Amino acid sequence: MQIIDVLFWGWIIQATLTLGTPLVLAGLGGMFSERSGVVNIALEGMMLMGAWAAVAASWYTDNPWTGVFAAIISGLILGAVHGVISVKLKGNQIVSGTGIILFAAGFTTLMLWVIWGTAGASGQVITLPEVRVPIIGLVSPLTFAMLALIPICWYLLYRTPFGLRLRAAGEDPSTLDTAGISVENYRMYGVLISGMLAAIAGAQMSIGFGSRFTIGMTAGNGFLALAAMIFGNWNPIGTLFAGLFFGFLQAISYGVQFAPGWEWLIGYSSFINMIPYISVIVALGIIRRSVPPKAIGVPYIKEKQV
Amino acid sequence: MFSIYAIELENIWKVFPGNVQANCDITLRIGEGEVHGLLGENGAGKTTLMNVLYGLLSRTSGTVKIRGKEVNFKSPQDAIRLGIGMVHQHFKLIPIMTVTENVVLGAEPLYANLTANLKYWRPSINPALPTNFRSAEKKILRIAEENGLQIDPYAKIQDLSVGLQQRVELIKILYRDADILILDEPTAVLTPQEVDELFETLETFRKEGKTIILITHKLREPMTICDRITVLRRGELVGTVKRVDTSREQLAEMMVGRPVVFRVAKTPAKPTDTVLSVENLHVQDDRGLPAVRDISFEVKRGEILGLAGVHGNGQDELVEAIWGLRKVHHGEIYIEGERVTKYRPRKMRATGVGYIPQDRQKQGLILDFTTKENLILGGQHEPPFATGPRGFLLNALDITNYSNILVKDFDIRLRDIDEPISTLSGGNQQKVVAARAIGPNPKLLLASHPTRGLDVGATEYIHNVLIRMRDQGVAIFLISADLDEIRNVSDRIAVIFKGELVAIRTPEETDERELGLLMAGEQRAIPSEELTQ
Repeated sequence: MQIIDVLFWGWIIQATLTLGTPLVLAGLGGMFSERSGVVNIALEGMMLMGAWAAVAASWYTDNPWTGVFAAIISGLILGAVHGVISVKLKGNQIVSGTGIILFAAGFTTLMLWVIWGTAGASGQVITLPEVRVPIIGLVSPLTFAMLALIPICWYLLYRTPFGLRLRAAGEDPSTLDTAGISVENYRMYGVLISGMLAAIAGAQMSIGFGSRFTIGMTAGNGFLALAAMIFGNWNPIGTLFAGLFFGFLQAISYGVQFAPGWEWLIGYSSFINMIPYISVIVALGIIRRSVPPKAIGVPYIKEKQV
Repeated sequence: MFSIYAIELENIWKVFPGNVQANCDITLRIGEGEVHGLLGENGAGKTTLMNVLYGLLSRTSGTVKIRGKEVNFKSPQDAIRLGIGMVHQHFKLIPIMTVTENVVLGAEPLYANLTANLKYWRPSINPALPTNFRSAEKKILRIAEENGLQIDPYAKIQDLSVGLQQRVELIKILYRDADILILDEPTAVLTPQEVDELFETLETFRKEGKTIILITHKLREPMTICDRITVLRRGELVGTVKRVDTSREQLAEMMVGRPVVFRVAKTPAKPTDTVLSVENLHVQDDRGLPAVRDISFEVKRGEILGLAGVHGNGQDELVEAIWGLRKVHHGEIYIEGERVTKYRPRKMRATGVGYIPQDRQKQGLILDFTTKENLILGGQHEPPFATGPRGFLLNALDITNYSNILVKDFDIRLRDIDEPISTLSGGNQQKVVAARAIGPNPKLLLASHPTRGLDVGATEYIHNVLIRMRDQGVAIFLISADLDEIRNVSDRIAVIFKGELVAIRTPEETDERELGLLMAGEQRAIPSEELTQ
């Protein structure tokens, strides 16, 4: 019994890390974009594209690391699109984000046909080499990357000129402009980093804990990441805990199906699958109030009559 | 006259999209070490001109020379590099960040040993290197020490008073070693004592040989401190005069284009019975802290009670509580004996109260709505504007007629009442807000900063409206940060400090100095000989 318990909780921790990693990574991405003042609901699309790019590149090269690299490139491209539309051309950020989500869904579906000739799932590819950790079990290298990124992102955001300027761009762009720093550049950096991290998150879903790409495989995880970022108050440490918490809820909803003594819950598995989503709503709505960056969502137009 | 000019602006034109000419052919030379006043009404193009000089706006044509050299700034960074610093009217500070973060933004110091090792590929990754906050704090403290601008580098901007925030702005400029300082309406938000302090600081800057440009629309300030004064009107340069050769009256005439009467013409008030009565009112601010403490006062029919106070001392919470926007924590409010403490704005309006909110763009108007729609807001639910079963339709005809009458009565200058209100000038927008409050003939008018940001002409107009209403027997409660306005218009002056009424005076029995001290919370604890100096 005790051994089973240890196994079960080890499995829960492993699943939490595995399922939480894409949420935290994409949440960090969203954080960079939103801290610079650009709403990025396109996370979902960027993740999907990253997931596809990772599988496609691994398929042709038989090397999952080129998959990660391809995912980063795809994220940068979508980030650049979102950046050009919403920062350079002052377009509506929500519309641009929605467009990217729809584009990514359509494009990946089409490419499934082009590459594999199937409608639902790609062929199987080699996954990223997992690392064995005592008790917990196999852990994806991207999970370690995610854990390492937390302090790096924190330092970048709060202890470097880059972070100060990025946050200023999201709080009060005219102040940054007056200080002689280009608001557009920093918002572009924010969106590009955002695309990159979201795409790595997608890669974790396709070649981190899976080995193939399926249609719509991100299944709302981009929005969940957005919620983790908000719940984490637009800061890396908060995003880490919120992302892992949501990952934990997902792990629980899988775990109850074979947990010792919880078999009676199997009949309610649909309800259990709802838990993460319901708890997100409860968490966001009731538990705490988040303070978003002040200038978020508002394009900065320089030449305005004062 | 000057051996070197610090700044030469030659034939500057600035035309905004939509062919709005903000600066027309302006030529202005400012000497090294000079304190130069740039005077003009709102919308005269002062700030635009300085933003062009500072590189924040591009110019349509003309040349800019700094110390004799022609320059072409692409961004403020170029101006900062040449030693130009600007304090904007609306402070460019980020409330949630610390003093140090705000000061270093855009000029962050790095660790010298780190940058030396990385010098070959330094510029591209510079911003991603750690900021040396410690050296920044040291430098800020040194600047503070040298210039008598004491500040806590760790404090967050949102916790600082407006006076201290301005200090941070000055430190920000000094941090960048600027010797040409542009100050845009620096005194607009300060108490008289804070203004004196600021001018002392500017005096020390002048002694250090710095060049200062002071943008203002107030006449007294350039007359105290400037060497020469340039007046702008509607984007054109009217003239540059030496302070010693000019007078307030001449400046005012140059600014407005006609002789100006400084005092509002009014007869003594004949107050009768009480309209508004506030008893032991306690109100909390947004954070749940006491903002208004135990305030009691009355406003009578046919008088104007002015409330003077430094911004943020509870006056906004007080007026919001009376109007019903904010919950009364404790105490009572009566209008002609009727208990209205718990009334919401709609019911207050029905009781006969008019309200001119403090910020016309945020609280007073819906900028995307037409003038017509804005004029009936608040009354849209009742006849004659609402019609049909349960009043669910708007009566377009009556709305248009009513709007046309108000537009005529209040001399609102517009092209069409069906155009969005955002196309109107600030003064005309404010007239719309005033017209809407006064239109239904209220018994009591709450006027919160009714002339903020308006030019001399529009201010005069609003003041005359207030006095005319008073003479018609309306009780008026005027809140203003402008001490001159309070003294000119009010029949009685109440002073608020930290949420308490510290004094009620008549304009005759007090002076600006006493009001200033009361507003700063120093009361009369000061020895009397110091007061008479």
